[in-house]
Amino acid sequence: MPEGDRKIRVLVAKPGLDGHDRGAKVIASAFRDAGFEVIYTGLHQTPEMIVSAAVQEDVDVVAMSVLSGAHMTLFPRVKELLTEAGADDILITGGGIISEDDMEALHGQGIGRLFGPGTPTGEAIAYIRDWAAERSGRANQASRSWEAP
Amino acid sequence: MSDREWEKSSGTDLKERLSAREEEIEELKARLAEWEKMWADIPKRDDTLFTSISGREVGSLYSPEDLEGGPGYLGSLGFPGEFPFTRGPYTTMYRTRLWTMRQFAGFATAEETNERYKYLLANGQTGLSVAFDFPTLMGYDSDHPRSLGEVGVCGVAISSLADMETLFDGIPLDQVSVSMTINGPASILFAFYVAAAEKQGVPPEKLRGTVQNDILKEYQAQHAWVYPPEPALRLIVDMFEWASEHAPKYNPISISGYHIREAGSTATQELAFTLGNGFEYVERGMARGLDVDRFAPRLSFFFDVHNDFFEEVAKFRAARRIWARHMKEKYGATNPDSWRLRTHAQTAGVSLTAQQPENNIVRVAYQGLAAVLGGTQSLHTNSMDETLALPTEKAVRIALRTQQILAYETGVPNTVDPLAGSYYVEALTNQLEAEAEEIFRQVEEIGGVVPGIEAGWFQKGIADSAFRQQSEVEMGHRKIVGLNAFTEGSDVVEIDTLSISPEIEDKQRARMARLRAERDHERVTAALSALEEAAGTGANLVDPILECARSYCTLYEIREAMERVFGSYKEPVFF
Repeated sequence: MPEGDRKIRVLVAKPGLDGHDRGAKVIASAFRDAGFEVIYTGLHQTPEMIVSAAVQEDVDVVAMSVLSGAHMTLFPRVKELLTEAGADDILITGGGIISEDDMEALHGQGIGRLFGPGTPTGEAIAYIRDWAAERSGRANQASRSWEAP
Repeated sequence: MSDREWEKSSGTDLKERLSAREEEIEELKARLAEWEKMWADIPKRDDTLFTSISGREVGSLYSPEDLEGGPGYLGSLGFPGEFPFTRGPYTTMYRTRLWTMRQFAGFATAEETNERYKYLLANGQTGLSVAFDFPTLMGYDSDHPRSLGEVGVCGVAISSLADMETLFDGIPLDQVSVSMTINGPASILFAFYVAAAEKQGVPPEKLRGTVQNDILKEYQAQHAWVYPPEPALRLIVDMFEWASEHAPKYNPISISGYHIREAGSTATQELAFTLGNGFEYVERGMARGLDVDRFAPRLSFFFDVHNDFFEEVAKFRAARRIWARHMKEKYGATNPDSWRLRTHAQTAGVSLTAQQPENNIVRVAYQGLAAVLGGTQSLHTNSMDETLALPTEKAVRIALRTQQILAYETGVPNTVDPLAGSYYVEALTNQLEAEAEEIFRQVEEIGGVVPGIEAGWFQKGIADSAFRQQSEVEMGHRKIVGLNAFTEGSDVVEIDTLSISPEIEDKQRARMARLRAERDHERVTAALSALEEAAGTGANLVDPILECARSYCTLYEIREAMERVFGSYKEPVFF
């Protein structure tokens, strides 16, 4: 099936021990209203559980909500495990109480954009759509060049 | 005119008076209709919502007409300290004793938090409130693999009696009242606390303070649970029973609406779910055969205080009246202390913005004022930087000073329940009570609180309300200063924030390793098997848990011993 016809599949995940799921549930509903296919993990997930769900559900995006301050441990660990599982094409994004310095540091480790408190849900939706469009552009280019000779 | 004078009046006098009253009401209605007609013709602002933050339609004007038909002053309000306690739980309120200024605090290890407590007490704070880190809240030791990256980050790490001893080192527990926000493993942390007090030579009967221990709202909103509902409720009733015998000045529960509201509920849902949970605990205690008038006086409450000023004031007043009426009329309590709802309040963390964070000082001040006008017994005022990180010392000091200004400069505490008699506040109080009664009926229809939790009924109601609130803000209908109105185009945070060094985790792991090596292993094993065995019977578990605590068993070891019998909770997942 051509990439463009498939709905964007997003895993909304709550890693770690933090139980604050207001943001995760609001963003999951907003993603669904925006036409994404949304899978929500529920609370208290380990990075291993999240990666296994991401691979099984064949998602395009893992969106994690972390309000516990443990983001510097959890985001890199999910990235590492996704890479090990051969799924490093999955976009990792998310939000929570994360300082700008930490956002930058995580970005340097291959994590996508992270959103702080007060961000409109539309901003995260647009970011994922743009990312998907760019990826499908890249994919089309790649397949054309493969067919070309 | 007093009621007695009314009674003395002759029959004719009374008739004349009643007919004069009817005439007055008729005239009032006619004038009100005229006013409403004028009102309808004048253009209004269309740039903002006139509903409350809870989505409540708010009238533009309230009059005596809105209060017609109630049970009258004595029936619906009465006097402070008297049934139905609408005007306050105590006769003299803040004239005798100001509310307790209690700032929730905890970070890193017990040593760092102990220093912060001493700082707060030195600055005039009058009670302590312990914030635990996520591993502790979930019953994991600091050296458990699931704790990685979370030790001491969001609160203080307490994994055994040894940590609790350090936490209160040099703080006499017979003199300072301490509140502990812990729920899933509440019985275990309570045991650490009792054992730490014993080490100071303070017996449990001298302890004043509160353990949150409200598991129902954990399933509904905050989500720090360990066991499934039935064994969790058994542990809570065990604590009621134990505390009423051994720690009569201690509150073994704080039935909390705070987390329900922060998760996105309306004011009505917060009020009704919380009181509904309270009634569930009362029924569980009575089902155990406990005398309601022995344990109900120690049930305490905790509400949020949000932005919508009058709705919040009314919420506190309605809560007291509903509790009093149900305790007296439905549960047959005869001790006035069982009817008297006492509450802690905290300003709404969720109302704070990361943008222009200094504005939060102002939000907190208004919210604190609402809590005091609502008649709270203790108050936590949030620090301006709490959407960014744990608060700095400076931010906490400003938050505490905000309460002190309210207490000593505004004159607000001098008069009891000064908003009573406001047509608006009284109408809101009545309305909130009626709405809460309607929710109690709905909960009964779905089979009660626990079946409602299992079906996700409460959780769904809260999530729907949260989504509505978010949509209102995103559409720009609800204005939030600095966020979607009066923005400054720059997201740069211009205040200092506190960061927790990653070395804290190593330090705490080293403490744990020392503890595990040094304690009496035989005593540890014996205490844990005794607890596991008791869990399999109907015995009260507080004493066996206390013996584990005294033996320096760790939090997770004690959690696990009971988990082998109780199992663990699996949430219904949906969004």
